[in-house]
Amino acid sequence: MASFANSKDSAKLGGCPDHGDLMNYHTPTSFSDASAIASATSGVTRFLAGGTDVLVQLRSDLVTPDDLIDIKHIEGVKDITQRADGGWDLGVAVAGAEMTEHAALIADWPGLVEGMDLIGSTQVQGRATLVGNLCNGSPAADSVPGMVAAGCTVTVTGPDGSRKVAVEDIPAGPGRTTLQKGELISKVHIPARGENGGDAYLRFIPRTEMDIAVVGCAVNLRIEGDIITEARVVMGAVAPTVVLVNDAATAIIGSTLDETALDALAQAATAACNPIDDKRGTIEFRKDVAGVLAKRAAKIAYGRAKGEAQ
Amino acid sequence: MSKIHVTTTVNGDEVEYLCDPRETLLDCLRDRVGMMGVKEGCGTGDCGACSVTVDGRLVCSCLMLGAEAEGKEIGTIEGMADGDQLHPLQQKFIEHAALQCGICTPGILVAAEALLKKNPDPTETELRYWLAGNLCRCTGYDKIIRAVMDAAADMREAS
Amino acid sequence: MALDGSKPQFKLLGTRPNRPDGLDKVTGRARYGADLNAPGQLHGAILRSPHAHARIVSIDASKALALKGVKAVVTRADFATGLTGDDWNMQENCMAGEKALYDGHAVAAVAATTPLLAKDAAKLIEVEYEILPHVTDVDEAMKEGAPVIRDGAADYSVPDGLHPNVVRYYENGKGDLEAGFAEADLIVERSFKTEAAHQGYIEPHACLAQLGTDGQGELWCCTQGHWFVRQMCTAALGIETSQLKVTPSEIGGGFGGKTTVFIDPVALALSRKAGGTPVKLVMSRSEVLRATGPTASASMDIKMGMTKDGRITAASGVFRMQGGAFPGAPVDVTTDLAFANYRIENVHHVGYDVMTNRPKQAAYRAPGAPMAAFACESVVDEMATKLGIDPLDIRLKNGVVEGDRSTYGPKVKKVGLIETLEAAKAHPNYAAPLGPNQGRGVASGYWMNWGGDTSASVAIGEDGAVAVTVGTPDIGGSRASMALMAAETFGIPYENVRVHIADTASLGINEPTHGSRATFASGLAVIQSAKECIQKMCVRAAEKWDIDPDAVTWEDGFAKPSGPNAGDFEPLSIAEIAGEMSDTGGPIAGHFEANPGKFGGSFGTHVVDVEVDPETGRTTILRYLVVQDAGKAIHPSYVEGQFQGGAVQGIGWALNEEYVYGPDGRLQNPIFLDYRVPVASDLPMIDTVIVEVPNPGHPYGVRGVGETGITPPLPAIANAVAAATGVRFTELPLSPPKVLAGIKAAKHA
Repeated sequence: MASFANSKDSAKLGGCPDHGDLMNYHTPTSFSDASAIASATSGVTRFLAGGTDVLVQLRSDLVTPDDLIDIKHIEGVKDITQRADGGWDLGVAVAGAEMTEHAALIADWPGLVEGMDLIGSTQVQGRATLVGNLCNGSPAADSVPGMVAAGCTVTVTGPDGSRKVAVEDIPAGPGRTTLQKGELISKVHIPARGENGGDAYLRFIPRTEMDIAVVGCAVNLRIEGDIITEARVVMGAVAPTVVLVNDAATAIIGSTLDETALDALAQAATAACNPIDDKRGTIEFRKDVAGVLAKRAAKIAYGRAKGEAQ
Repeated sequence: MSKIHVTTTVNGDEVEYLCDPRETLLDCLRDRVGMMGVKEGCGTGDCGACSVTVDGRLVCSCLMLGAEAEGKEIGTIEGMADGDQLHPLQQKFIEHAALQCGICTPGILVAAEALLKKNPDPTETELRYWLAGNLCRCTGYDKIIRAVMDAAADMREAS
Repeated sequence: MALDGSKPQFKLLGTRPNRPDGLDKVTGRARYGADLNAPGQLHGAILRSPHAHARIVSIDASKALALKGVKAVVTRADFATGLTGDDWNMQENCMAGEKALYDGHAVAAVAATTPLLAKDAAKLIEVEYEILPHVTDVDEAMKEGAPVIRDGAADYSVPDGLHPNVVRYYENGKGDLEAGFAEADLIVERSFKTEAAHQGYIEPHACLAQLGTDGQGELWCCTQGHWFVRQMCTAALGIETSQLKVTPSEIGGGFGGKTTVFIDPVALALSRKAGGTPVKLVMSRSEVLRATGPTASASMDIKMGMTKDGRITAASGVFRMQGGAFPGAPVDVTTDLAFANYRIENVHHVGYDVMTNRPKQAAYRAPGAPMAAFACESVVDEMATKLGIDPLDIRLKNGVVEGDRSTYGPKVKKVGLIETLEAAKAHPNYAAPLGPNQGRGVASGYWMNWGGDTSASVAIGEDGAVAVTVGTPDIGGSRASMALMAAETFGIPYENVRVHIADTASLGINEPTHGSRATFASGLAVIQSAKECIQKMCVRAAEKWDIDPDAVTWEDGFAKPSGPNAGDFEPLSIAEIAGEMSDTGGPIAGHFEANPGKFGGSFGTHVVDVEVDPETGRTTILRYLVVQDAGKAIHPSYVEGQFQGGAVQGIGWALNEEYVYGPDGRLQNPIFLDYRVPVASDLPMIDTVIVEVPNPGHPYGVRGVGETGITPPLPAIANAVAAATGVRFTELPLSPPKVLAGIKAAKHA
């Protein structure tokens, strides 16, 4: 483990006449070391994986961490491995581009991978990670609805050891997570796909690329014959955190995704929205488009579950 | 003031620099290594002018710390031509007038080269989406797309 | 030779050689604003107001100055006093005086040994503000009770009784409006709004400045016009123009936004305060968006009348434009060009220049014209639709031709509007089939172009190679067009010419590369300078042959005896004459200093097909055609590039680009993530047709082509969206929430 700083003194800006704003850079080689560093500091901590949010915040003077903990020197953080049960474990520094180049992962969870793939540019895909997207705490995070719809969990490592947490329990509100001081995510677990399942993620943006989602929707479902037997519908960018919309799932379970079911799905998706008016969209627009995307995503997921080429 | 000592490889040459932990790879490439072909257009990963490859992977150098470059292989526009032999993409950009002011050109060339290494025969749509993170305000992209497609065709023929 | 116009066939003009600076620009060697460093340089950073409108009560820089490595802090107190008019506006915009007038207004600056240290130090400067009420919308700013940005800013043109934020009033018209409307079978009256758009050049402003206590200085910067920079900087700092040498770097886009200064005087002031140490100052993207010129935004009322057969009988318009916290919104241009496409007997327009708490507007490609075109061409389209007349036919019927009296006064010179309309009509895009939710839009636009102060020199080297020196920075391939025109004039290979952009000490004054003037004016200056060289070389040949200089002609790079002496002597090449020039009378060069006035305006017509998603309101551009009059396309690739680039900037403005201010008066989207310029995947190929109706005022017929291209896209896209949705939208941008709301409202109506 190595640590660097532009001052050994932890004096902050203004308190130290010789230096400006300070930031310590750490490169621990284990999650327990990373957790220990984060636990020991009294200031602002950020973990650095892809850095596509952390560096923007640093550059924009929104957050200059006192301690920046680069977790890419920890063994296994770039691994994508399939478990014996058919599910997947992803290291926390696996970049989006590495997921979209993984044919077997895409074959299982195309919607989840699409959500990741939609974040930023090709360049951003070279660095950005699922866990970074999750821990940034944006309600509009593109990869999170797909993870929640899939039923993903994460391992959280902290001073008291490790625990598994459902992805939907991580976000606490815009820019906030439920992770406690000294805690960090050390692994992502994706369930086994199983038979006759399909997932999809769609988002609405004004351009074709490079925007933050105005509305996002992930649908994961399973069918028996033509009938939907399981479903999870998750909305993004329409509330302070992603929303797992049980009513929307109920609306399509037991159906063949006929027009009546789709309309009920759209209504439930719209009803679950608690959005804001902002520079990216109005409340009315988000509610309308939530229903539209839910229908479209459900159709894609249903087609995938039936094994239709998408 | 204690700085971080970094040893890295830029366009095949080993370089060393000292950097502040807050300095980005872009800052270090420009100010510490002298690779002025790497441009800053936004500093937030939205324009692609600072595109470089790190271990072969296309990234925005403004979204990576200089300290993270330790032990990596960095590729910039300065390493694209082989001596006085321009890369086909560079040649086609000149021939197609695919640049006007030229500030986005280094980043777009680096990005396009990364695509053609991965996919020598992209469709126009694939190319447009691949380059969506490289803003050009002068050309409307038309001649850029034509230049890359033409270079790709030539490179396929030559290989 | 081609110069007399008798031989329209050119050897080089109209060909597409590689640009001379191409190699530098594809290898990363080209040096832009931020790419030069000086030994021992300091780095600057600017502290900016977080408030839209606030009195600056005090500035305490002691904590910043206490940091080791911080060498200077400047505030307004470090600039010259007593400035008036545009100089004062420029200085006040570069560094706030008594008040911060917009979010992002500079209030202090610091120079330190590293960029990070400078940035940190700027944060330590303590400014006490008294926050004042603010206004950012043009209509709100004109209302009674609106916060006054600056009392006494209005000029003589403003009638009594208007709000002090109205700083200029412009009125123009002719004919009998009432009679014109009485004659009409159809009258359409609508109000329109456009938001401010930023030029969006990818290179942030950057400079390297050095100014000694002796008052002598040097400046390296990215600019469209370094003599403008010199004038502004020296005025702001109170030194004579000749004391400052400004060298332009390569420029990473400008589009009008780099014809003024923001940071250059600040960097010079920091250098002076730091004892003459060079200071490098580079803006961040958020500084660019917050504090450099976007366009004006506009609020407009249009009324037009038409007979059943499509003849425009009358038009009136009111144009309210905010250009930020200073006078200068281009109301005159907006107003004059609003109806300029058309032959209208009865016309009246009024313009208001209004101040708000926003950054000072700067020129942006055809400044003022796109807003007016949006309003006027939307109304013309609506009338054509209502009358069942093809939108190109209605323009063919009313479009101006040479000899018409323009709507804004002067007689129309030779122009190519009709030719662009005919070419658009003949293009396959105009006949392409459309599917559901798809629509086609047409609009025309105009830019009158400009000549302006122009200096150039052309010098013959000892080997006969030619050095061309101009003062207009090459922003999009102008070195290639200068070299082509010089080579054509001399009759020598393109490769034998090298084009240089001179610093301010090396030529007479030049206006910037703006107003679509570089290829026209600098081009004309190069041609005239080359002709002067040719004349001198003919004299040298005549002396050598001992014949009358009038009996020597110049052809294909050779002096040739003609008339009675034809064939008497072997022609002398440019290289032969040059090789002997030291012995035959000394150096051979030509130069030009004037302001060419015979510029010719350029009309363009655009045809766009869109598809609108009826469930989300999102617009996709399916096809796009630009047809524009270039007079003569010197290098067609770069002419097409101007057409395509202008069209795409217009597409951005029409669909997604906008300045979004919060209730606190702060800019909410000072980042490319949320200031949404078009990306490659948003667009199809942009088809082009170059129409050539030569400008009689240029030796080769050149018209400027840079600006017209951004004028038609706003209305063309709005018209296409109207065709696709059946809903007429009157506010830009046509962002999905707005379009979806419009579609829903129309359904319920």
